Amino acid sequence: MKAEEIKILLEKSFPGKAFELIENATPQGLAVSAEDLVEVMDFLHTHNQLYFDMLSCITGLDNGPETGTMEVIYNLYSIPNNIHLMVKVVLNRDKPTIDSLVDLWKTADWQEREVFDMFGIHFNNHPDLRRILMPADWEGYPLRKDYKEQTYYRGMKVEY
Amino acid sequence: MGLLDQKITHGGVIISKLDDLINWARLSSMWPMGFGTACCAIEFMSAQSTPYDLDRFGVIPRASPRQSDVMIVAGTVTFKMADRVRRLYEQMAEPRYVISMGSCSNCGGPYWEHGYHVVKGVDRIIPVDVYVPGCPPRPEALIGGLIKLQDKIRSETIVAPKAVEKILGTHEG
Repeated sequence: MKAEEIKILLEKSFPGKAFELIENATPQGLAVSAEDLVEVMDFLHTHNQLYFDMLSCITGLDNGPETGTMEVIYNLYSIPNNIHLMVKVVLNRDKPTIDSLVDLWKTADWQEREVFDMFGIHFNNHPDLRRILMPADWEGYPLRKDYKEQTYYRGMKVEY
Repeated sequence: MGLLDQKITHGGVIISKLDDLINWARLSSMWPMGFGTACCAIEFMSAQSTPYDLDRFGVIPRASPRQSDVMIVAGTVTFKMADRVRRLYEQMAEPRYVISMGSCSNCGGPYWEHGYHVVKGVDRIIPVDVYVPGCPPRPEALIGGLIKLQDKIRSETIVAPKAVEKILGTHEG
């Protein structure tokens, strides 16, 4: 099943909601609004023609302070149906918050922690939202466009 | 020529300086701590394998810092790891030596400019005796570093050991 067909299926099941098709990507994807994310993902997860049982990857993306947006990108895969799908959510950069998908895919736990660690995107209802790569007392979120590293970390100079 | 290579005569009695005896014992049994922080550890492991055979220098990796004489910092030291590296060093008994292996632990290596997470040289957290350049250094280079360290130990004297120098404040640097 192609992203186009998934889009039609979703529009049929969620009347009145818009799903933008992202064709210029591999795999092709859909843009979903942040409020509908859990509902839509639950549908993608359980629908027997789709059955996306694997959350391959969660990526964060910072578009910079000028644009004022951040993105969270989910890569899904269906093992029984052999379908790939990308789901993209655009967030406000001032207070990036999105619902957690841990209840649908257990693997989302650590992946969301990584996005939180690198971009400072907050995941609602996450059971254990701590930094996963950087030390717990690190300041700032390293993959943000306007990131400036701290001068000292525990008495060690950070810069060269 | 090594001490024991000399022909022992006169009923098996050897006369030597205590310095020489202690230094010989120390440089012939430099037990490194068996740990690595990144890809240089692969070369470190390879240096222990049959073709290079670190065992012939008396270099046998130990699983505990309490039993180790040498710390070979093999690989990138991140800020998260820095506290652990320092703590391992502090757990080692004197006399202790540090070999910084590879560009990352020498000076930050490829992470020097944009690596916010990397300590730009392990000498910022613990004193280093020998730096081995390379990315990663070949086992031959590591062996070269160990021989350099042997030279350093050979020139030490118990009259003025490093620790006492430090306490007396006459330590350089």
